[in-house]
Amino acid sequence: MPAGPHQLDGHRIAARLGAALPGVVTRATQEWVEVAPERVQDALRWLRDSEEFDAAQLSNLTAVDRHTHFEVVYHLQSLDLNQQVVVKAIVADHEAPSLPSAYPVYKGALLQEREVYDLMGIRFADHPDMRRLFLWEGFPGHPLRKDFLGIGHGQTSGLQRFPNEDLANRDRMMNAGNLTSQDMPREAGGSMASGGH
Amino acid sequence: MTTVNEPYVLNIGPQHPSTHGVFRLRVVMDGEVIRDLDMIVGYLHRSMEKLAEERTYTQNIPFTDRADYLAAMSNNLGVCLAVERLAGVEVPERASYLRVIFAELQRIASHAMANGTLVSDAGAWQTPLLYMFREREKILDLFEMTCGARLTTNYMRIGGVAFDPPPEFWPALQELLDEMPARIDEYASLVVDSEIFLARTRNVGVISAADAINGSLVGPALRGSGVPWDLRKAEPYCVYDRMNFEVPVGRHGDVYDRFMVRLEETRQSVEIIKQAVAQIPDGPHKTDIPLALRPPPGEVYGRVEGPRGELGFYVVSDGTPAPYRFHIRAPSLINLSLLREMAVGVSLPDAVVALGSLDIVVGDIDR
Amino acid sequence: MSSAADRRPATPMARQILEHHSLLSRARALPGEARFVLAVLTLGALVAGAGIGFLVVTGQLDGRWYDLRDLGNATAHFRGWTQRQGIHSAVPYLVTGLLGGIAILSLVGGWLVIGVWAERRLIAKFQIRQGPNRVGPFGLLQPLADAVKLLQKEVLIPIGADKLLFFLPPILIFIPAMLGWGPVPWAPKMSYADLNVGVVYTIAISSLGVLAVFLAGWSSNNHYALLGAMRTVAMMVSYEIPISISLLAIVLFTGSLQLSDIVAWQAQHNVWMIVLLPFGAFTFLFASTAEINRTPNDIGEAESEIVAGFHTEYSGMKAGLFLAVELGNALLVGAMMSTFFFGGYSLFGLERWIPGYLIMGAKTFLVYFGFVWLRATLPRFRLDQLMAFAWKFLIPLSIIQLLFVAVESMVVVQSGLPGIVTIGGSIIANAALTFVGVRAWANAIGYSPKEMASPPIMTNGVGGLRAAEQIRAAS
Repeated sequence: MPAGPHQLDGHRIAARLGAALPGVVTRATQEWVEVAPERVQDALRWLRDSEEFDAAQLSNLTAVDRHTHFEVVYHLQSLDLNQQVVVKAIVADHEAPSLPSAYPVYKGALLQEREVYDLMGIRFADHPDMRRLFLWEGFPGHPLRKDFLGIGHGQTSGLQRFPNEDLANRDRMMNAGNLTSQDMPREAGGSMASGGH
Repeated sequence: MTTVNEPYVLNIGPQHPSTHGVFRLRVVMDGEVIRDLDMIVGYLHRSMEKLAEERTYTQNIPFTDRADYLAAMSNNLGVCLAVERLAGVEVPERASYLRVIFAELQRIASHAMANGTLVSDAGAWQTPLLYMFREREKILDLFEMTCGARLTTNYMRIGGVAFDPPPEFWPALQELLDEMPARIDEYASLVVDSEIFLARTRNVGVISAADAINGSLVGPALRGSGVPWDLRKAEPYCVYDRMNFEVPVGRHGDVYDRFMVRLEETRQSVEIIKQAVAQIPDGPHKTDIPLALRPPPGEVYGRVEGPRGELGFYVVSDGTPAPYRFHIRAPSLINLSLLREMAVGVSLPDAVVALGSLDIVVGDIDR
Repeated sequence: MSSAADRRPATPMARQILEHHSLLSRARALPGEARFVLAVLTLGALVAGAGIGFLVVTGQLDGRWYDLRDLGNATAHFRGWTQRQGIHSAVPYLVTGLLGGIAILSLVGGWLVIGVWAERRLIAKFQIRQGPNRVGPFGLLQPLADAVKLLQKEVLIPIGADKLLFFLPPILIFIPAMLGWGPVPWAPKMSYADLNVGVVYTIAISSLGVLAVFLAGWSSNNHYALLGAMRTVAMMVSYEIPISISLLAIVLFTGSLQLSDIVAWQAQHNVWMIVLLPFGAFTFLFASTAEINRTPNDIGEAESEIVAGFHTEYSGMKAGLFLAVELGNALLVGAMMSTFFFGGYSLFGLERWIPGYLIMGAKTFLVYFGFVWLRATLPRFRLDQLMAFAWKFLIPLSIIQLLFVAVESMVVVQSGLPGIVTIGGSIIANAALTFVGVRAWANAIGYSPKEMASPPIMTNGVGGLRAAEQIRAAS
C-alpha cells in the first residue's frame, strides 16, 4: 500500500478514537479511518487535542466523487510527532451533499472547504463564509463532479482509450526511446512523445 | 462637533501592482485602516484538477508547471513522487540527485522573486527585485540549457528526469554556486539592515506559532513563525536525507522573519546543491515505465517542500491510465487562510507587505 | 567540457550586450583622417580656452557686457544704455523680464526632455540594467518618443469626476513649479527676481502645489486618488514646519531673507551651510523628498499601495504633465538645496573663473543625482511613520537646533572674534548636537534598530509548537 512514510495505521487510530468517542468510527483500513459524517467535528477535535495523535495541522482537505457518494478526505498531521493521520467521511447524499465544517477545529479549512464547495458542491454546515471560491455565483453545476456536463453515472468522463497504448504489446516502454514517429498517430503523437530522444 | 468616519470599499485588484497577478481584495476601509477584507480569486482558474482526469499521468506533468509557474520544477517533482509511490516505480539514483539539484535551483529562483517583490511592495523602487533577478536569470539559463524551457520546464518524468544535463551545464552551475553566497550577501546588505525596511516589516503581519499551525500555514510562512517544520527534514524524499543543511526559523513571526527565512533558505539551498553536485553518481537518469501507466487502484498523498511550502498531490487511481481524482494541495491558496486575521485592523501599506510576505502565486491559488 | 567563457549567450539581447562597444573603442576604430580632424579641433579648443583664460586672469573681462561668467552683466549694461538713450524705464524691465522668463521656461522644458532620459538611465545603472538605449543615440530621443505616445493617447475623464476640477490640476500644478525658479541666484547678478523676502517666497510657493494635488485627488472620484491626495496634504502640512525651521536657522546666520545674500554669506565665510547646519540640511533634504513625492517619502503615489495616488485617473498627456512637474520639482529642490546648503554659485573662489551658473547647475544636478540614488535604494515609509518622524523627531530637534543657532549667530556677529573661531566653534557645536542629539532623542523615544534586525535561528530538528517554544526559549 502506498501510504506515506509517517502515516499512521488506520486500525490503530480507529481503536483509540472508537474508545474515546464510541460510534464515531464507521470503518478503518490500513491507510485511513472513516468517521461518521455527522460527527466529523468531534473526531477531528479529539484527534487534534489527543496526546497520542496531536493532529495539530489540517494538512489537506479535499473530496472525491465516487458516483454514488462523496468522500471527504482530511489529511491531518502532527508536526511535533511527525506523523500523519488520514480521516475520511462519506457523504451519502449525492444530490444535496452536506457535512459539518472543520473550520471550528482548524482555521486552515476556511479556503479548502470553500474550494470543495465550489468544485464538488458539498455544503459545509457552520462554515462562516460558505461561498464559491473560484467560480462565480450562478455558475451552473460543480465541475469536479463526475456527472458534470451531463455525463451520467457509471460512465467515466476520462478518456476511453489511449491511442498510443499498445494493448497487444504491453511491455513497450515510453522512456526507452523506442517510439518512432511512424508509431504515432498524427493528431496525438506530439503530446505522448515525452521521452528523451 | 463630532465627525463620523464613514467606511468605504476599496477594490484592490484584480489589476493592481501589489497583488502579483490577477488577485482581488475587496477591502472595507476606515481612513487608512482596514476594517474588513474579502479575497476574490479564480481569475486564473483553469480547472486543472478536472483536466487531469482526462489525461494520463505523464500528460499531467506539464499542467503542474502552469499551476505554480514560479516553481515549475518543484511542482513537477511533487507530482512525479506521488505517482511513483502510487505505481511503485523505482527511480535511479542519478535522477534523484538531479531532482534535488533542480528543485533547489528552483527554490533559489522562487525565493529571489518572492523576496524581491516583497521589498518592492515595501516601496523600494524595483532595485532589490532586479538584483535578485540577476541570479534568477542565471538559474533560468541553466534550466533552458537542460530542458529547453525557462519557466514551464516540464523536466521531471515519472521514473526519473527527462534529460541528463549537457556537459556545459556543470561548469555553469559551478560558476553560479561559487558566486552565489557573495551575491546573497550583497543583496542582504541592500535590504536587511535598512532601517526603513525594518520599520516597515518588523511587527507587521504577526502570526503566532499556534495560529500558523492551526491555520494550515506551510513553508516559510510557518517557519517564519518559529515552527521548525520542513518536509525535507521531516519526511526526506529523493536524497535529502544524505544532505546536510539547516532550517531557519523566525523569532517573531512577522513579515521580516518570513523575509529572512527565505533569504537563509537560499543560502542553505546553495549548500545542498554543492553537496549534491559532489555526490552525484553516474548512471541512467530515468527508468522505463509503461507508455500508459496504470497504477493499481488506490490513493496516495505525496508531498514535497516547495518554495511556498508543503505542496501536496492527492492522487486517486482506479486502475485506468488516467487518474480518477487529482488534487493539488496549493500552498499559496491555503497560506491565505489567515490573511484576514493579518490584515484587519492594520493600515493599507501593512496589509500590502503582509500579503507580499505570504508569497502568493496566482497560478497556484487558482490552478 | 567547454569552459564557461565560450558559453553561447542565451538570448539575442544578451548577445547584443556582449557585443556592445564603448565610446572609446568606437573612437579608436575611426579612420585616420577623422582622427586627424578631431585632433586639430581639440587643439584649437585648447588654444581658445587658453586665450579666454588669459583674458579672465588679467581682468580685462570684468564687468563687460560680453562677460559670460555672469549673464547679469549684459542686462545691467542694457539697462544703463536705455537710461542713457532716454527710453522709458519700463522697457528694459519688460524686455529682460521676458527674456528671463523664456530662459527659465526653456531651462525647465529642456530639463524635462533630458531629465526623463537621465533619470531612467541612472536608475537603470543602479539596477544593473541598460535603460533606454534604442531611440536615437544612447536612447536620448526616448523622452520625445514617450511624449509623442502620451500625446496620442486618449485623455479619459471618469464618469463621476468633477469635469472642471479634473481639468484644472495638471495646469495649476505647473504654476508653482515655474514660479519657484524666480529667486534662484545663478551668479552674483544673475537671478530672475532677487526678492528681499526670497526665503518666505520659496516657502509660500512650495506649499501651493499641494492645492492642485488635492484638487486632482478629490475631483477624480476614485478612492486611490483620494487616499493619495489626503496623504499628500497631511504630509505637506507636517513637513512645511521642519522646512521652515531649518531655513530659519540659515536666516539667523546670514541675517537676510534674500537668496543671493545667503549665497554671498557662504562665499564670504568660505563655509557651506551643510557643514554649519548638518541637521538642518538633513531636515531640508528629507522634507523635500516628502514635498516632491520621491522615495523614501513617495507615499502620495505609492504604487504598490494606491497605484498612482492622486493622478491614478489621469491618462495621456495629463498624467505626463504630472510626471513632468514631479521631475521639474526634483530639479527645483536640487537648486534650492544647493543655494541654501551647498554654497550656490560659489565654489571657494573658483567662481571667479568658472561661470557661476555652471557651478550652480553642477551642484543642482548632484543633488538631483542624490534623489535618484535614494529612489533606487530605499524602501518607502508608512504614512504614520512619516508623520511621527516629522512631529516627534524633526520638529523638536529642529527647534533645539534653532536655539543653538540663535546664540551662535549672536556670537558670530557681536563677539568680534575672528571668523575661524566663531564659525568653527559653531560647526563643532552643531555637529555635536546633530550626532549626540539625534542619538539621545532616538533613545528617548524608544527607537533601537539594531535590536530589531535579528537573523533567524538555524535549527536542525523538526517539530511543531513544542519545538518552536523550545527554540524560542533556548535562543
